[in-house]
Amino acid sequence: MSAPAAGRYVGQAVQRKEDPRLLTGHGRYVDDIVVPQMLHAAFVRSDLPSARITAIDVSAALELEGVSAVFTGADLNPGAGTMQPSMMAENPAAVVAPLTPLAGDDVRFVGDPVAIVIAESRALAEDAAELVVVDYEPRDAVASMEAALADGAPLVHPELGGNVASDLALPEDPELEAIFASAAHVVTERIVQHRHTPTPMETRGVVASFDPVTDQLEVWLSTQGPHEARRTFARVSGLPERHVHVRMGDVGGGFGQKFFTPREEQTVVLAAKRLGAAVKWIEDRRENLLAANHARSDVATVSLALDAEGHVLAAKLDHLEEAGAWPVGGTGGVGPFVAMLFPGPYRIPRIWWRSRVVWTNTAGRGAYRGPWMFESVAREQMLDVAARATGIDPLELRRRNVVGDDEQPFTMATGMTFSATTSATTLEHAARVIGYDDFRAEQARARAEGRLLGLGIGLYIEPTSTPAATLGVEAATVRVESGGGVTVFLGTAAHGQSIETTMAQVVAEHLGVAYEDVRVVQGDTDRTPFGGGTGGSRTAVIAGNATREAALKVREMVVGVAAHLLEAAPEDLEVHDGVVAVRGTPVRNVSLAAVAAAVHNAGTGLPPDVPRLLEATGRYQTSSPTWSNACHICTVEVDRITGQVEILRYVVSEDCGRMLNPMVVEGQVHGGVVQGIGGVLYEHFVYDDAGNPLTTTFLDYLVPTAAESPRIEIDHVVTDGPNPEGVKGMGEGGAIGSVPAVVNAVADALAQVGATVTEQPLTPVRVVAALEAAGA
Amino acid sequence: MAEHHIRCTVNGQARRGIVESRTTLADFLREGLGLTGTHLACEHGVCGACTVTVDGRAIRSCLMLAVQAEGATVTTVEGLAGADGTLSPVQQAFMDAHGLQCGFCTPGFVMSVTAFLEANPDPTDSEIREGISGNLCRCTGYQGIVEAVRLAATRLRAAEVGA
Repeated sequence: MSAPAAGRYVGQAVQRKEDPRLLTGHGRYVDDIVVPQMLHAAFVRSDLPSARITAIDVSAALELEGVSAVFTGADLNPGAGTMQPSMMAENPAAVVAPLTPLAGDDVRFVGDPVAIVIAESRALAEDAAELVVVDYEPRDAVASMEAALADGAPLVHPELGGNVASDLALPEDPELEAIFASAAHVVTERIVQHRHTPTPMETRGVVASFDPVTDQLEVWLSTQGPHEARRTFARVSGLPERHVHVRMGDVGGGFGQKFFTPREEQTVVLAAKRLGAAVKWIEDRRENLLAANHARSDVATVSLALDAEGHVLAAKLDHLEEAGAWPVGGTGGVGPFVAMLFPGPYRIPRIWWRSRVVWTNTAGRGAYRGPWMFESVAREQMLDVAARATGIDPLELRRRNVVGDDEQPFTMATGMTFSATTSATTLEHAARVIGYDDFRAEQARARAEGRLLGLGIGLYIEPTSTPAATLGVEAATVRVESGGGVTVFLGTAAHGQSIETTMAQVVAEHLGVAYEDVRVVQGDTDRTPFGGGTGGSRTAVIAGNATREAALKVREMVVGVAAHLLEAAPEDLEVHDGVVAVRGTPVRNVSLAAVAAAVHNAGTGLPPDVPRLLEATGRYQTSSPTWSNACHICTVEVDRITGQVEILRYVVSEDCGRMLNPMVVEGQVHGGVVQGIGGVLYEHFVYDDAGNPLTTTFLDYLVPTAAESPRIEIDHVVTDGPNPEGVKGMGEGGAIGSVPAVVNAVADALAQVGATVTEQPLTPVRVVAALEAAGA
Repeated sequence: MAEHHIRCTVNGQARRGIVESRTTLADFLREGLGLTGTHLACEHGVCGACTVTVDGRAIRSCLMLAVQAEGATVTTVEGLAGADGTLSPVQQAFMDAHGLQCGFCTPGFVMSVTAFLEANPDPTDSEIREGISGNLCRCTGYQGIVEAVRLAATRLRAAEVGA
């Protein structure tokens, strides 16, 4: 296959337009917003995992000078609209927890907001919050899925009648059972991925200002999607959408946590509306760890049947997903998606699955970079389990089962069809870059010296830009301003993805202007077209192709005007770096500035058949996901005494189609990989059996630092994506492939001495326990 | 709550303000002086986002009280670039090496690295990783940041030799 050529701008590692302001302290994040007469909010939160509220006394708080109001559920809950995101609010069949702005008669996890205090400063609001007295009648809580599923378990949501939010399964399959009964090899394991949390460096935050005279709500929000937030605020407040204006400035990361609009932000909006005032709420880190959406927490029992040569014949997946109490974005249930994607890049001819989502008295689940990625965790770990059981090398086992690049489109046994992926190629590339055979020899030598080295592979395909509801469509407006500069209006919501840079590259390329002359405007519901938000690895594909289309439309307008000015045929003109010239006769040219001047001046007298506008909107809509793929391979050394895992080398071979900007692509891969590594080795949000959270500071919830992070080597396989721009989404992938790669590497090291691990996190304690259990 | 008048030099300018005893230096810089480039991401001294220099030493401004800065010389991220916007060598290296994505941790990193390279102008890669391990970043996986520190060190040493 040959790699498509880079363009003049697209495909170049141009410097980021975002950087100068962010490097000099001139970024504008939500906590930097100050509006006149702004008040500050603090939440009173439950410190019990499950309890009935018997009384709330706010009198002492209200007496504190400078306190404007204290609202409880009795104040804000009546009359509030649904708090669910559009996807759930517009789906009558959706199973959702009975979420209210503040707790009603009871609390259902530690961190449940019981009251909101509004005061003239943040410090004062926190002082007053401490004076709110809440009387509770404690109840037994269920702090794990095991506890929630036990007979007679207390119910998290009594209204729903059970702790299982959804239970979907394929019918019993006798043919599949027959395959298992006669297979040469059958392996079964219980795979556990623990709870972690996205922890963007900027916590959540909002400034909401309501003017009771104009009925206008102005909101500044740390978000991944201002347009969805606007719809959410309109529903919860009862205001018409046109009276809700949502803006975002710079946003300090999201990773899914800010994709939907969480409960607290909606509650602050209701408080501002109630007061007819401006209210700011900036979440502190403890709140973010305690009460912003958590992620992962999955358990599955997985069985594979294989023939004597290691071909996978069939699979069974029984998956449990923990939703917590108040998941963000519906039930948090990605369970069926996990099952549907479980076969991944391999031929697995037959599959049975069951998928259950379980309520617990813990913080709600929500999106986190690759929300369904447990499919890769479970599958890739099982392939290594199978490799050990069959005695076939794990690389070779994958070679025998992977769907070839030329065998696509390929429909999985679950019904998902993927196309245009290069898993087989990336598998070979990654193996070559890591020096697979040499490493196996080194591993054997180290073993002879008593040292434990290991290698792990994580091979996955990722459905990016999925066409779910509003996520499958995006619009872009490109405008040549009166002076010839170009502004692009996008419904995107960048929070680190370099969209101002990459979309400017797309416009510069296709309109024919200099990169420096393009400015991207996003994050403002009054100024930009509707967009589904930035997340789900969707911006390059959907916004990118919309932007391309808008730029090409405007280019045609520019050429139409220039043809008149130059007295040339439009088809003879070319546009480069803001100059329209006659092809072959470059001295006959006119600048974009002159074209713009002609259009913006009645005295120019353009005839009626010449475009009178240099502005167009492009729209891109997709009906199927765009698949990208990668292979991660890492090598580790496990310290037999301390259980510490050191990553020796880390290689990614990936195919995200044409890269808009390779520097940006690599940055996304680096960041995703380290998040995945952090999840496997360090990050663990812990509840005790009673439901008390134990990891609510950065001293307990361990985010990896530079000292723990490896250098990542990236190999690009570039094939055209199935869309005009040739791109494939890639923002989440780093965090998907890295998890199985690291787990498998540690398991590979331990297997040499008969020790096994199938549960994360792989802390020193767990690794030492595994070694001791094996007598090693 | 007792209030105090304080005076200090911030980014080369004499500044003053009235703060409560409990006001942190970070809150004074952000709210009292409007220098919002200093970011708060944990407020318990782990993440390093609020790093500024006080009398030349990198400190976490969420762990220092504003009253403790009385008479001190404070530099924040706003004080590094030239008046015309020319980036400092460390800032420029972060831009060139893609050492930032969302930018929220960036001011703290830039301040820490500036102080780090003054103390250790020729660090090894492992010294760099150790040197910046008091700052958390969630976007970059640190690869671009480590590269930026290396690049800044090289350029600063070259400038030193050329000077």
